[in-house]
Amino acid sequence: MLDSIASLGRAGLAAVASLGRAHLLLIGILGGLPSMLIRPRLLVAQVYNLGVLSLLIILVSGLFVGMVLGLQGHYVLSQFGAAESLGVMVAASLVRELGPVVTALLFAGRAGSALTAEIGLMKATEQLSGLEMMAVDPVKRVLTPRFFGGLISMPLLAALFSAVGVIGGWFVGVGLLGVDDGAFWGQMQSKIDFNEDVLNGVIKSLIFGLVVTWIALFEGYDTSPTSTGVSRATTRTVVHAALAVLGLDFVLTALMFGG
Amino acid sequence: MPSFSSHPKQRSDQMESGSTASRSSGDGSQRAASEALVRVRGLHFRRGEQRIFDGVDLDIPRGLVTAIMGPSGTGKTTLLKLISGQLQADAGEIEVDGQSIGSLSRSELYALRTRMGMLFQSGALLTDLDVFENVAFPLREHAKLPESVLRKLVLIKLEAVGLRGAARLMPSELSGGMARRVALARAVALDPTMIMYDEPFTGQDPISMGTLTSLIRQLNDASGLTSIVVSHDVSETAEIADHLYIIANGQIMASGSPREVAASDSAWVRQFMDGEPDGPVHYHYPAAPLEQDLLHSAVH
Repeated sequence: MLDSIASLGRAGLAAVASLGRAHLLLIGILGGLPSMLIRPRLLVAQVYNLGVLSLLIILVSGLFVGMVLGLQGHYVLSQFGAAESLGVMVAASLVRELGPVVTALLFAGRAGSALTAEIGLMKATEQLSGLEMMAVDPVKRVLTPRFFGGLISMPLLAALFSAVGVIGGWFVGVGLLGVDDGAFWGQMQSKIDFNEDVLNGVIKSLIFGLVVTWIALFEGYDTSPTSTGVSRATTRTVVHAALAVLGLDFVLTALMFGG
Repeated sequence: MPSFSSHPKQRSDQMESGSTASRSSGDGSQRAASEALVRVRGLHFRRGEQRIFDGVDLDIPRGLVTAIMGPSGTGKTTLLKLISGQLQADAGEIEVDGQSIGSLSRSELYALRTRMGMLFQSGALLTDLDVFENVAFPLREHAKLPESVLRKLVLIKLEAVGLRGAARLMPSELSGGMARRVALARAVALDPTMIMYDEPFTGQDPISMGTLTSLIRQLNDASGLTSIVVSHDVSETAEIADHLYIIANGQIMASGSPREVAASDSAWVRQFMDGEPDGPVHYHYPAAPLEQDLLHSAVH
Protein backbone atom coordinates (compact mmCIF):
# COMPACT_ATOMS: atom_id res chain seq x y z
CA MET A 1 0.00 0.00 0.00
CA LEU A 2 2.75 2.39 1.05
CA ASP A 3 4.76 1.39 -2.01
CA SER A 4 1.84 2.26 -4.27
CA ILE A 5 1.47 5.68 -2.66
CA ALA A 6 5.22 6.25 -2.92
CA SER A 7 5.32 5.30 -6.60
CA LEU A 8 2.28 7.51 -7.25
CA GLY A 9 4.09 10.36 -5.52
CA ARG A 10 7.24 9.73 -7.55
CA ALA A 11 5.24 9.74 -10.78
CA GLY A 12 3.55 12.99 -9.75
CA LEU A 13 6.87 14.63 -8.92
CA ALA A 14 8.37 13.44 -12.21
CA ALA A 15 5.40 14.87 -14.12
CA VAL A 16 5.69 18.25 -12.37
CA ALA A 17 9.46 18.32 -12.94
CA SER A 18 8.93 17.46 -16.61
CA LEU A 19 6.35 20.24 -16.93
CA GLY A 20 8.82 22.66 -15.36
CA ARG A 21 11.58 21.65 -17.78
CA ALA A 22 9.14 22.03 -20.70
CA HIS A 23 8.31 25.60 -19.62
CA LEU A 24 11.97 26.50 -19.16
CA LEU A 25 12.65 25.13 -22.62
CA LEU A 26 9.80 27.21 -24.06
CA ILE A 27 11.29 30.34 -22.47
CA GLY A 28 14.67 29.46 -23.98
CA ILE A 29 13.08 28.89 -27.39
CA LEU A 30 11.28 32.25 -27.28
CA GLY A 31 14.54 33.88 -26.19
CA GLY A 32 16.07 32.75 -29.49
CA LEU A 33 13.62 34.82 -31.54
CA PRO A 34 15.92 37.86 -32.05
CA SER A 35 18.84 35.74 -33.27
CA MET A 36 16.51 33.81 -35.58
CA LEU A 37 15.22 37.01 -37.14
CA ILE A 38 18.79 37.91 -38.08
CA ARG A 39 18.99 34.66 -40.07
CA PRO A 40 15.52 34.13 -41.55
CA ARG A 41 16.77 31.37 -43.89
CA LEU A 42 16.76 29.01 -40.88
CA LEU A 43 13.05 29.72 -40.43
CA VAL A 44 12.29 29.37 -44.14
CA ALA A 45 14.00 25.96 -44.18
CA GLN A 46 11.80 24.79 -41.30
CA VAL A 47 8.59 26.13 -42.85
CA TYR A 48 9.55 24.02 -45.86
CA ASN A 49 10.37 20.92 -43.76
CA LEU A 50 7.33 21.11 -41.53
CA GLY A 51 4.79 22.82 -43.78
CA VAL A 52 5.51 22.15 -47.43
CA LEU A 53 6.51 18.52 -46.85
CA SER A 54 3.24 17.95 -44.93
CA LEU A 55 1.11 19.31 -47.79
CA LEU A 56 0.38 16.01 -49.47
CA ILE A 57 -1.12 14.27 -46.44
CA ILE A 58 -3.03 17.42 -45.44
CA LEU A 59 -4.53 18.06 -48.89
CA VAL A 60 -5.51 14.45 -49.54
CA SER A 61 -7.02 14.11 -46.06
CA GLY A 62 -8.86 17.43 -46.43
CA LEU A 63 -10.37 16.33 -49.73
CA PHE A 64 -11.67 13.05 -48.31
CA VAL A 65 -12.97 14.62 -45.10
CA GLY A 66 -14.83 17.23 -47.21
CA MET A 67 -16.29 14.51 -49.44
CA VAL A 68 -17.48 12.51 -46.43
CA LEU A 69 -19.02 15.67 -44.94
CA GLY A 70 -20.82 16.23 -48.26
CA LEU A 71 -22.27 12.73 -48.20
CA GLN A 72 -23.25 12.68 -44.53
CA GLY A 73 -24.50 16.27 -44.57
CA HIS A 74 -26.66 15.69 -47.61
CA TYR A 75 -28.17 12.56 -46.02
CA VAL A 76 -29.20 14.43 -42.86
CA LEU A 77 -30.17 17.78 -44.40
CA SER A 78 -32.25 16.27 -47.21
CA GLN A 79 -34.49 14.62 -44.58
CA PHE A 80 -35.45 18.14 -43.44
CA GLY A 81 -35.64 19.58 -46.94
CA ALA A 82 -32.56 21.70 -46.27
CA ALA A 83 -30.09 20.15 -48.71
CA GLU A 84 -29.28 23.66 -50.07
CA SER A 85 -27.66 24.41 -46.71
CA LEU A 86 -25.02 21.76 -47.40
CA GLY A 87 -22.39 24.42 -48.25
CA VAL A 88 -22.84 26.13 -44.87
CA MET A 89 -22.65 22.87 -43.00
CA VAL A 90 -19.53 21.68 -44.76
CA ALA A 91 -17.74 25.04 -44.47
CA ALA A 92 -18.69 25.64 -40.83
CA SER A 93 -17.65 22.13 -39.80
CA LEU A 94 -14.33 22.54 -41.53
CA VAL A 95 -13.27 26.06 -40.54
CA ARG A 96 -14.53 25.81 -36.95
CA GLU A 97 -13.57 22.27 -35.99
CA LEU A 98 -12.31 19.71 -38.42
CA GLY A 99 -9.82 21.92 -40.21
CA PRO A 100 -7.81 22.91 -37.12
CA VAL A 101 -8.31 19.63 -35.20
CA VAL A 102 -7.68 17.06 -37.95
CA THR A 103 -4.79 19.13 -39.34
CA ALA A 104 -3.23 19.28 -35.87
CA LEU A 105 -3.61 15.51 -35.42
CA LEU A 106 -2.06 14.86 -38.84
CA PHE A 107 0.62 17.47 -38.16
CA ALA A 108 1.50 15.73 -34.87
CA GLY A 109 1.78 12.39 -36.67
CA ARG A 110 3.76 13.62 -39.63
CA ALA A 111 5.80 16.66 -38.56
CA GLY A 112 5.73 16.30 -34.75
CA SER A 113 7.10 12.77 -34.74
CA ALA A 114 9.75 13.77 -37.30
CA LEU A 115 10.80 16.71 -35.11
CA THR A 116 11.11 14.55 -32.00
CA ALA A 117 13.09 11.88 -33.83
CA GLU A 118 15.39 14.47 -35.41
CA ILE A 119 16.15 16.30 -32.15
CA GLY A 120 16.43 13.04 -30.21
CA LEU A 121 18.90 11.62 -32.72
CA MET A 122 20.87 14.85 -32.70
CA LYS A 123 21.14 14.40 -28.93
CA ALA A 124 22.02 10.70 -29.19
CA THR A 125 24.75 11.39 -31.77
CA GLU A 126 26.17 14.24 -29.66
CA GLN A 127 25.35 16.89 -32.29
CA LEU A 128 23.68 19.06 -29.65
CA SER A 129 26.70 18.68 -27.33
CA GLY A 130 28.90 19.48 -30.33
CA LEU A 131 27.03 22.75 -30.84
CA GLU A 132 27.41 23.55 -27.14
CA MET A 133 31.15 22.96 -27.41
CA MET A 134 31.31 25.28 -30.44
CA ALA A 135 29.75 27.94 -28.20
CA VAL A 136 26.49 27.77 -30.13
CA ASP A 137 23.29 27.51 -28.10
CA PRO A 138 21.43 24.48 -29.53
CA VAL A 139 18.09 25.77 -28.24
CA LYS A 140 18.41 29.03 -30.17
CA ARG A 141 20.12 27.54 -33.22
CA VAL A 142 18.13 24.32 -33.64
CA LEU A 143 14.89 24.52 -31.65
CA THR A 144 13.76 28.12 -32.13
CA PRO A 145 13.52 27.98 -35.97
CA ARG A 146 11.66 24.68 -35.75
CA PHE A 147 9.23 26.06 -33.18
CA PHE A 148 8.32 29.10 -35.26
CA GLY A 149 8.33 26.99 -38.42
CA GLY A 150 5.63 24.83 -36.83
CA LEU A 151 3.75 27.85 -35.53
CA ILE A 152 3.60 29.41 -39.01
CA SER A 153 2.90 26.17 -40.86
CA MET A 154 -0.06 24.94 -38.81
CA PRO A 155 -2.60 27.74 -39.59
CA LEU A 156 -1.61 27.66 -43.27
CA LEU A 157 -2.03 23.90 -43.41
CA ALA A 158 -5.38 24.13 -41.58
CA ALA A 159 -6.57 26.80 -44.04
CA LEU A 160 -5.59 24.61 -46.99
CA PHE A 161 -7.23 21.59 -45.36
CA SER A 162 -10.50 23.53 -45.00
CA ALA A 163 -10.31 24.95 -48.54
CA VAL A 164 -9.73 21.55 -50.11
CA GLY A 165 -12.41 20.07 -47.84
CA VAL A 166 -14.97 22.60 -49.10
CA ILE A 167 -14.07 21.63 -52.67
CA GLY A 168 -14.52 17.96 -51.73
CA GLY A 169 -17.94 18.72 -50.20
CA TRP A 170 -18.91 20.72 -53.30
CA PHE A 171 -17.83 17.90 -55.59
CA VAL A 172 -20.00 15.36 -53.77
CA GLY A 173 -22.94 17.66 -52.99
CA VAL A 174 -23.21 19.60 -56.25
CA GLY A 175 -21.41 17.31 -58.66
CA LEU A 176 -22.76 13.94 -57.57
CA LEU A 177 -25.89 14.52 -55.47
CA GLY A 178 -27.47 17.38 -57.40
CA VAL A 179 -27.47 20.19 -54.80
CA ASP A 180 -27.94 23.60 -56.46
CA ASP A 181 -24.56 25.19 -57.17
CA GLY A 182 -25.72 28.77 -56.45
CA ALA A 183 -27.37 27.77 -53.15
CA PHE A 184 -24.25 25.87 -52.05
CA TRP A 185 -21.93 28.86 -52.47
CA GLY A 186 -24.49 31.61 -51.75
CA GLN A 187 -25.60 30.25 -48.39
CA MET A 188 -22.00 29.61 -47.43
CA GLN A 189 -21.12 33.22 -48.26
CA SER A 190 -24.00 34.67 -46.29
CA LYS A 191 -23.86 32.42 -43.21
CA ILE A 192 -20.13 31.99 -42.58
CA ASP A 193 -18.89 34.94 -40.53
CA PHE A 194 -15.23 35.90 -40.85
CA ASN A 195 -14.68 36.79 -37.18
CA GLU A 196 -16.98 34.21 -35.65
CA ASP A 197 -15.97 31.24 -37.78
CA VAL A 198 -12.82 31.80 -39.80
CA LEU A 199 -10.82 33.85 -37.29
CA ASN A 200 -11.68 31.54 -34.40
CA GLY A 201 -10.54 28.61 -36.53
CA VAL A 202 -7.26 30.37 -37.24
CA ILE A 203 -6.75 31.08 -33.52
CA LYS A 204 -7.42 27.41 -32.76
CA SER A 205 -4.93 26.24 -35.34
CA LEU A 206 -2.29 28.67 -34.05
CA ILE A 207 -2.71 27.34 -30.51
CA PHE A 208 -2.65 23.73 -31.72
CA GLY A 209 0.48 24.49 -33.75
CA LEU A 210 2.18 25.94 -30.67
CA VAL A 211 1.24 23.00 -28.46
CA VAL A 212 2.11 20.25 -30.95
CA THR A 213 5.48 21.79 -31.89
CA TRP A 214 6.33 22.53 -28.25
CA ILE A 215 5.56 18.94 -27.19
CA ALA A 216 7.52 17.53 -30.13
CA LEU A 217 10.60 19.66 -29.43
CA PHE A 218 10.50 19.05 -25.69
CA GLU A 219 10.18 15.28 -26.07
CA GLY A 220 13.12 15.23 -28.49
CA TYR A 221 15.30 17.51 -26.37
CA ASP A 222 14.45 15.76 -23.08
CA THR A 223 14.78 12.22 -24.39
CA SER A 224 17.22 9.68 -23.07
CA PRO A 225 19.92 9.53 -25.80
CA THR A 226 19.41 5.90 -26.79
CA SER A 227 17.46 4.21 -29.58
CA THR A 228 14.82 3.10 -27.07
CA GLY A 229 14.65 6.59 -25.62
CA VAL A 230 14.12 8.21 -29.02
CA SER A 231 11.52 5.61 -29.97
CA ARG A 232 9.56 6.18 -26.76
CA ALA A 233 9.83 9.96 -27.08
CA THR A 234 8.42 9.81 -30.62
CA THR A 235 5.48 7.75 -29.43
CA ARG A 236 4.91 10.13 -26.50
CA THR A 237 4.87 13.09 -28.88
CA VAL A 238 2.04 11.65 -30.95
CA VAL A 239 0.02 10.51 -27.91
CA HIS A 240 0.50 13.66 -25.81
CA ALA A 241 0.01 16.02 -28.75
CA ALA A 242 -3.21 14.25 -29.85
CA LEU A 243 -4.63 14.32 -26.31
CA ALA A 244 -3.60 17.94 -25.82
CA VAL A 245 -5.21 18.98 -29.12
CA LEU A 246 -8.49 17.23 -28.37
CA GLY A 247 -8.63 18.51 -24.80
CA LEU A 248 -7.76 22.04 -25.80
CA ASP A 249 -10.29 21.91 -28.62
CA PHE A 250 -13.08 21.37 -26.11
CA VAL A 251 -11.87 24.26 -23.95
CA LEU A 252 -11.42 26.60 -26.91
CA THR A 253 -14.76 25.64 -28.44
CA ALA A 254 -16.48 26.28 -25.11
CA LEU A 255 -14.79 29.69 -24.86
CA MET A 256 -15.41 30.71 -28.47
CA PHE A 257 -18.78 29.24 -29.27
CA GLY A 258 -20.20 28.21 -25.89
CA GLY A 259 -22.40 31.26 -25.62
CA MET B 1 49.82 12.92 -44.49
CA PRO B 2 49.38 16.37 -42.99
CA SER B 3 52.04 18.98 -43.42
CA PHE B 4 52.29 20.57 -40.00
CA SER B 5 55.58 22.14 -39.07
CA SER B 6 56.99 20.82 -35.83
CA HIS B 7 59.03 22.75 -33.29
CA PRO B 8 61.37 20.27 -31.61
CA LYS B 9 62.80 22.84 -29.19
CA GLN B 10 59.37 23.96 -28.10
CA ARG B 11 58.38 20.34 -27.59
CA SER B 12 61.49 19.60 -25.62
CA ASP B 13 60.85 22.62 -23.35
CA GLN B 14 57.26 21.55 -22.92
CA MET B 15 58.26 18.00 -22.14
CA GLU B 16 60.53 19.33 -19.43
CA SER B 17 57.74 21.36 -17.88
CA GLY B 18 55.41 18.37 -18.28
CA SER B 19 57.66 16.08 -16.31
CA THR B 20 57.84 18.79 -13.67
CA ALA B 21 54.07 18.86 -13.56
CA SER B 22 53.99 15.21 -12.67
CA ARG B 23 56.04 15.75 -9.52
CA SER B 24 54.02 16.16 -6.45
CA SER B 25 56.08 18.14 -3.98
CA GLY B 26 58.11 21.27 -3.38
CA ASP B 27 59.03 23.68 -6.17
CA GLY B 28 57.98 21.18 -8.80
CA SER B 29 54.31 21.23 -7.85
CA GLN B 30 54.25 25.03 -7.56
CA ARG B 31 55.75 25.37 -11.02
CA ALA B 32 53.33 22.82 -12.40
CA ALA B 33 50.36 24.64 -10.88
CA SER B 34 51.45 27.96 -12.41
CA GLU B 35 51.93 26.34 -15.83
CA ALA B 36 48.76 24.30 -15.78
CA LEU B 37 46.10 25.32 -18.29
CA VAL B 38 43.52 23.24 -16.44
CA ARG B 39 43.56 22.84 -12.65
CA VAL B 40 41.21 20.42 -10.93
CA ARG B 41 41.07 20.43 -7.14
CA GLY B 42 38.95 18.28 -4.85
CA LEU B 43 36.55 17.23 -7.60
CA HIS B 44 33.49 15.32 -6.41
CA PHE B 45 30.81 14.16 -8.79
CA ARG B 46 28.00 11.64 -8.51
CA ARG B 47 25.55 10.38 -11.07
CA GLY B 48 22.51 9.18 -9.15
CA GLU B 49 23.81 6.76 -6.53
CA GLN B 50 27.04 6.13 -8.42
CA ARG B 51 30.13 7.96 -7.24
CA ILE B 52 32.20 9.02 -10.28
CA PHE B 53 34.86 11.27 -8.71
CA ASP B 54 35.79 11.37 -5.07
CA GLY B 55 38.23 14.22 -4.43
CA VAL B 56 40.26 14.19 -7.63
CA ASP B 57 43.17 16.65 -8.07
CA LEU B 58 44.94 16.98 -11.41
CA ASP B 59 46.72 19.51 -13.61
CA ILE B 60 46.75 19.62 -17.39
CA PRO B 61 50.07 21.24 -18.34
CA ARG B 62 49.98 23.94 -21.01
CA GLY B 63 51.31 22.95 -24.44
CA LEU B 64 51.50 19.20 -23.79
CA VAL B 65 49.51 16.13 -24.71
CA THR B 66 47.98 14.79 -21.50
CA ALA B 67 46.20 11.45 -21.60
CA ILE B 68 43.42 10.47 -19.20
CA MET B 69 43.20 6.70 -19.18
CA GLY B 70 41.24 4.14 -17.28
CA PRO B 71 38.82 1.25 -17.69
CA SER B 72 35.44 1.83 -19.34
CA GLY B 73 32.88 3.54 -17.15
CA THR B 74 35.36 5.24 -14.83
CA GLY B 75 34.30 8.77 -15.80
CA LYS B 76 36.89 9.80 -18.38
CA THR B 77 34.33 11.40 -20.70
CA THR B 78 32.54 12.84 -17.66
CA LEU B 79 35.81 14.56 -16.71
CA LEU B 80 35.96 16.22 -20.14
CA LYS B 81 32.34 17.34 -19.76
CA LEU B 82 33.14 18.80 -16.35
CA ILE B 83 36.20 20.63 -17.69
CA SER B 84 34.18 22.05 -20.58
CA GLY B 85 31.29 23.06 -18.33
CA GLN B 86 28.76 20.69 -19.88
CA LEU B 87 28.32 19.21 -16.41
CA GLN B 88 28.56 20.90 -13.02
CA ALA B 89 30.70 19.37 -10.28
CA ASP B 90 29.03 18.53 -6.96
CA ALA B 91 32.03 19.95 -5.13
CA GLY B 92 35.55 21.08 -5.91
CA GLU B 93 37.14 23.57 -8.25
CA ILE B 94 37.89 23.38 -11.97
CA GLU B 95 39.91 26.22 -13.49
CA VAL B 96 40.60 26.60 -17.20
CA ASP B 97 43.13 29.27 -18.11
CA GLY B 98 42.60 30.88 -14.71
CA GLN B 99 38.80 30.98 -14.99
CA SER B 100 36.72 28.98 -12.55
CA ILE B 101 34.23 26.99 -14.65
CA GLY B 102 31.59 26.81 -11.93
CA SER B 103 31.37 30.58 -11.48
CA LEU B 104 31.12 31.55 -15.17
CA SER B 105 27.92 32.95 -16.62
CA ARG B 106 26.56 31.30 -19.77
CA SER B 107 28.01 33.98 -22.03
CA GLU B 108 31.41 33.78 -20.29
CA LEU B 109 31.37 30.00 -20.64
CA TYR B 110 30.57 30.30 -24.35
CA ALA B 111 33.39 32.83 -24.75
CA LEU B 112 35.76 30.36 -23.09
CA ARG B 113 34.52 27.53 -25.30
CA THR B 114 35.53 29.42 -28.44
CA ARG B 115 39.06 28.75 -27.17
CA MET B 116 38.35 25.04 -26.60
CA GLY B 117 37.91 22.37 -29.21
CA MET B 118 36.42 18.96 -28.60
CA LEU B 119 36.54 15.85 -30.72
CA PHE B 120 33.58 13.67 -29.76
CA GLN B 121 33.72 9.92 -29.88
CA SER B 122 31.05 9.85 -32.59
CA GLY B 123 32.48 12.85 -34.44
CA ALA B 124 29.20 14.72 -33.80
CA LEU B 125 29.14 16.14 -37.32
CA LEU B 126 25.94 17.94 -38.26
CA THR B 127 24.27 15.44 -40.55
CA ASP B 128 22.37 17.98 -42.64
CA LEU B 129 25.56 19.82 -43.66
CA ASP B 130 28.33 18.59 -45.95
CA VAL B 131 31.97 18.32 -44.87
CA PHE B 132 32.84 21.85 -46.01
CA GLU B 133 29.88 23.40 -44.19
CA ASN B 134 30.61 21.40 -41.04
CA VAL B 135 34.13 22.82 -40.85
CA ALA B 136 32.86 26.27 -41.83
CA PHE B 137 30.14 26.17 -39.15
CA PRO B 138 32.11 27.58 -36.17
CA LEU B 139 33.72 30.19 -38.43
CA ARG B 140 30.33 31.33 -39.74
CA GLU B 141 28.97 31.48 -36.18
CA HIS B 142 31.84 33.36 -34.58
CA ALA B 143 34.37 34.77 -37.02
CA LYS B 144 32.17 36.78 -39.46
CA LEU B 145 34.72 36.41 -42.26
CA PRO B 146 34.21 37.29 -45.93
CA GLU B 147 33.15 34.21 -47.89
CA SER B 148 36.38 34.08 -49.91
CA VAL B 149 38.56 34.10 -46.76
CA LEU B 150 36.32 31.57 -45.05
CA ARG B 151 36.56 29.24 -48.05
CA LYS B 152 40.36 29.38 -48.00
CA LEU B 153 40.49 28.76 -44.25
CA VAL B 154 38.19 25.76 -44.48
CA LEU B 155 40.17 24.27 -47.35
CA ILE B 156 43.42 24.74 -45.39
CA LYS B 157 41.91 22.96 -42.37
CA LEU B 158 40.63 20.13 -44.57
CA GLU B 159 43.98 19.86 -46.33
CA ALA B 160 45.64 19.48 -42.92
CA VAL B 161 43.54 16.39 -42.20
CA GLY B 162 43.89 15.10 -45.77
CA LEU B 163 40.24 15.54 -46.73
CA ARG B 164 40.14 18.60 -48.99
CA GLY B 165 38.91 16.31 -51.75
CA ALA B 166 35.97 15.21 -49.59
CA ALA B 167 34.71 18.76 -49.01
CA ARG B 168 31.38 18.16 -50.73
CA LEU B 169 30.63 14.75 -49.26
CA MET B 170 27.87 14.38 -46.68
CA PRO B 171 28.70 12.89 -43.25
CA SER B 172 26.76 9.73 -44.16
CA GLU B 173 29.23 9.15 -47.01
CA LEU B 174 32.30 9.18 -44.73
CA SER B 175 33.99 6.27 -42.99
CA GLY B 176 34.38 6.44 -39.20
CA GLY B 177 38.01 7.54 -39.48
CA MET B 178 37.21 10.22 -42.08
CA ALA B 179 34.35 11.53 -39.93
CA ARG B 180 36.74 11.96 -36.98
CA ARG B 181 39.27 13.75 -39.16
CA VAL B 182 36.55 16.14 -40.36
CA ALA B 183 35.49 16.63 -36.76
CA LEU B 184 39.13 17.35 -35.90
CA ALA B 185 39.34 19.96 -38.67
CA ARG B 186 36.15 21.54 -37.29
CA ALA B 187 37.47 21.43 -33.71
CA VAL B 188 40.56 23.43 -34.68
CA ALA B 189 38.73 25.78 -37.06
CA LEU B 190 38.78 28.63 -34.55
CA ASP B 191 42.43 27.96 -33.58
CA PRO B 192 41.64 26.98 -29.98
CA THR B 193 44.08 27.04 -27.07
CA MET B 194 43.06 23.58 -25.93
CA ILE B 195 41.56 20.55 -27.60
CA MET B 196 39.92 17.57 -25.93
CA TYR B 197 39.73 14.18 -27.62
CA ASP B 198 37.09 11.75 -26.39
CA GLU B 199 38.13 8.19 -27.23
CA PRO B 200 39.62 9.15 -30.62
CA PHE B 201 40.90 5.65 -31.44
CA THR B 202 37.83 3.56 -30.60
CA GLY B 203 36.63 1.46 -33.51
CA GLN B 204 39.33 2.63 -35.92
CA ASP B 205 41.24 0.42 -38.36
CA PRO B 206 45.07 0.44 -38.02
CA ILE B 207 45.53 3.00 -40.83
CA SER B 208 42.96 5.43 -39.40
CA MET B 209 44.40 4.92 -35.94
CA GLY B 210 47.91 5.71 -37.15
CA THR B 211 46.63 8.78 -39.01
CA LEU B 212 44.76 10.07 -35.96
CA THR B 213 47.73 9.42 -33.68
CA SER B 214 50.04 11.45 -35.94
CA LEU B 215 47.45 14.20 -36.36
CA ILE B 216 46.95 14.66 -32.64
CA ARG B 217 50.67 14.89 -31.95
CA GLN B 218 51.46 17.11 -34.93
CA LEU B 219 48.50 19.43 -34.37
CA ASN B 220 49.60 19.87 -30.78
CA ASP B 221 53.20 20.67 -31.70
CA ALA B 222 52.56 22.77 -34.80
CA SER B 223 49.77 24.90 -33.33
CA GLY B 224 51.06 25.13 -29.76
CA LEU B 225 47.88 23.52 -28.47
CA THR B 226 47.22 21.87 -25.15
CA SER B 227 45.67 18.47 -25.76
CA ILE B 228 43.71 16.18 -23.47
CA VAL B 229 43.22 12.67 -24.83
CA VAL B 230 40.72 10.44 -23.11
CA SER B 231 41.26 6.84 -24.07
CA HIS B 232 41.62 3.27 -22.92
CA ASP B 233 43.85 2.31 -25.85
CA VAL B 234 47.06 1.97 -23.90
CA SER B 235 49.73 1.66 -26.60
CA GLU B 236 48.42 4.36 -28.99
CA THR B 237 47.80 6.82 -26.18
CA ALA B 238 51.13 6.22 -24.43
CA GLU B 239 52.85 6.72 -27.79
CA ILE B 240 51.72 10.34 -28.17
CA ALA B 241 51.19 11.47 -24.57
CA ASP B 242 53.67 13.57 -22.62
CA HIS B 243 51.83 12.95 -19.38
CA LEU B 244 49.41 10.24 -18.24
CA TYR B 245 46.73 10.09 -15.61
CA ILE B 246 45.07 6.76 -14.89
CA ILE B 247 41.74 7.03 -13.12
CA ALA B 248 39.54 4.38 -11.57
CA ASN B 249 37.14 4.11 -8.64
CA GLY B 250 36.80 7.89 -8.50
CA GLN B 251 40.52 8.42 -7.83
CA ILE B 252 43.78 9.04 -9.67
CA MET B 253 45.46 5.63 -9.57
CA ALA B 254 48.71 6.75 -11.25
CA SER B 255 50.24 9.75 -12.99
CA GLY B 256 53.49 10.64 -14.68
CA SER B 257 55.22 10.26 -18.01
CA PRO B 258 54.31 7.13 -20.00
CA ARG B 259 57.65 5.62 -19.03
CA GLU B 260 57.10 6.31 -15.33
CA VAL B 261 53.60 4.85 -15.40
CA ALA B 262 54.75 1.82 -17.37
CA ALA B 263 57.40 1.20 -14.71
CA SER B 264 54.87 1.41 -11.88
CA ASP B 265 54.94 -1.48 -9.41
CA SER B 266 51.25 -1.12 -8.52
CA ALA B 267 49.47 -4.38 -9.33
CA TRP B 268 46.40 -2.48 -10.48
CA VAL B 269 48.38 -0.23 -12.85
CA ARG B 270 50.33 -3.23 -14.14
CA GLN B 271 47.09 -5.08 -14.91
CA PHE B 272 45.67 -2.09 -16.78
CA MET B 273 48.80 -1.25 -18.75
CA ASP B 274 49.48 -4.91 -19.68
CA GLY B 275 45.84 -5.73 -20.35
CA GLU B 276 45.76 -8.75 -18.02
CA PRO B 277 42.27 -10.32 -17.84
CA ASP B 278 42.44 -11.01 -14.11
CA GLY B 279 44.12 -9.34 -11.18
CA PRO B 280 43.04 -6.64 -8.74
CA VAL B 281 40.21 -6.02 -11.21
CA HIS B 282 38.45 -9.37 -11.31
CA TYR B 283 37.40 -11.05 -14.52
CA HIS B 284 34.12 -12.19 -12.96
CA TYR B 285 31.39 -9.81 -11.95
CA PRO B 286 30.56 -10.40 -8.27
CA ALA B 287 28.16 -13.35 -8.01
CA ALA B 288 27.18 -16.28 -5.82
CA PRO B 289 29.33 -19.44 -6.22
CA LEU B 290 28.75 -21.21 -9.55
CA GLU B 291 27.69 -24.48 -7.86
CA GLN B 292 24.99 -22.66 -5.96
CA ASP B 293 23.56 -21.15 -9.16
CA LEU B 294 23.74 -24.41 -11.10
CA LEU B 295 22.26 -26.63 -8.40
CA HIS B 296 19.36 -24.37 -7.52
CA SER B 297 16.40 -24.17 -9.86
CA ALA B 298 15.56 -20.54 -9.06
CA VAL B 299 18.14 -17.75 -9.12
CA HIS B 300 17.40 -14.73 -7.00
